[in-house]
Amino acid sequence: MKEAWALFRRDVVLAWREGGTIGTALGFYLVVVAITPLGLGPDLNLLSRIAPGVLWVALLLASLLSADRIFHNDYEDGALDVLVTGRLPLELVAALKSLAHWVTTGIPLALLAPLLGLLLNLPTDAFPLLVVAMLTGTPALSFVAAVGASLTLGLRRSGVLLALLVLPLYVPVLIFGVATVSAASVGPASPWPPFLILCALSLASLVLAPIAAAAALRTALR
Amino acid sequence: MPLTTSLAAHEISCQRGGRLLFAGLNFTLAPGESLLVTGPNGVGKTSLLRMIAGLLPLHAGRIESGERSVPLPELCHYVGHLNGIKSALTLRENVDFWVDFLGGDGADLEGAYQTFGLAELKQLPAGLLSAGQKRKLALLRLFAAQRPIWLLDEPSVSLDTPSVKVLDKAIAHHLAQGGISVAASHTPLKVRFTRELSLKRDPLQ
Repeated sequence: MKEAWALFRRDVVLAWREGGTIGTALGFYLVVVAITPLGLGPDLNLLSRIAPGVLWVALLLASLLSADRIFHNDYEDGALDVLVTGRLPLELVAALKSLAHWVTTGIPLALLAPLLGLLLNLPTDAFPLLVVAMLTGTPALSFVAAVGASLTLGLRRSGVLLALLVLPLYVPVLIFGVATVSAASVGPASPWPPFLILCALSLASLVLAPIAAAAALRTALR
Repeated sequence: MPLTTSLAAHEISCQRGGRLLFAGLNFTLAPGESLLVTGPNGVGKTSLLRMIAGLLPLHAGRIESGERSVPLPELCHYVGHLNGIKSALTLRENVDFWVDFLGGDGADLEGAYQTFGLAELKQLPAGLLSAGQKRKLALLRLFAAQRPIWLLDEPSVSLDTPSVKVLDKAIAHHLAQGGISVAASHTPLKVRFTRELSLKRDPLQ
């Protein structure tokens, strides 16, 4: 337990201190959403209709920005060797590092989303469910990103390849995330069925992704 | 965590990138014994140490410790070419992480800080340290948690002469307490290694 907390705390502190991680993701999210109305014109009805989609797509891209940091830095400076010879199973190490990525990327992005919803004329009644849906969906993003990050470990310019690997896997989260928020903002369907599927996606990735990431890490260390 | 154990390698071989680096390697180390691995560059010294630490899979053979209940990697401290230091954390935060993560009690730490001359620098971000100081910080990991097997890959690189002496003393002390040390080094350490393993390039390759 002490080991797990030490690793989680270290990753959160590093993300905070090294700057870049949280700031870049939030800044990117803000900029992408802010320029969308400029490109589409001031049609408020159109904007509020596409707002859930724009918010989710921008969120996926923003959370991908820092995804390669999940393992890359530790691999470069040799800290991964220490993590492997530690007492925690590698699966748990991968899960804790994904969790730290979610806390430092997913949560801030989800909390910023309502503010950006204003820019896109998203109805305010949909805000609570927007935040809840994003808080529910973003763990899946971080955990799946960890698989991509461990697979591309040791490659140069791995960021683009990581995006190519991971974005297709983000599609289910995107579909059901947008469906949840759309149902809440324009109706008429109930938002609960897509929301429950979103929960299922996150829970499944919480269990499965660390196993895949640990397997990829073992190969990367060879 | 047992403080003494033995280490034995049976017929191990190592293959990197389709090339067989060494094959049929055997050695046995009793508690308190040490092994110096020598040989030209690229002959597999680092690979051997990483295999013991469980960072590289064995191509053939097996490595086992006398302790069945604990997996071998958890008995090992591996200090390799890369220091494994986080430059955004202070020196103390780096060490405290190792203590917690590796499950140590940090009992030997204060003394180690002093002998390596890092006691004054505890609050400094590790990124500001010199190459030699970073190396010493990496070596502090050996004291963060007590583990019986020390795997040292070129431990004296970028250390000044007094620090090499400190390292020598630390290894000697570890061996006297029944620990095992396997080192790959070009610069001679003063420690009398009980065994020496000289890896040679296979002329057929």
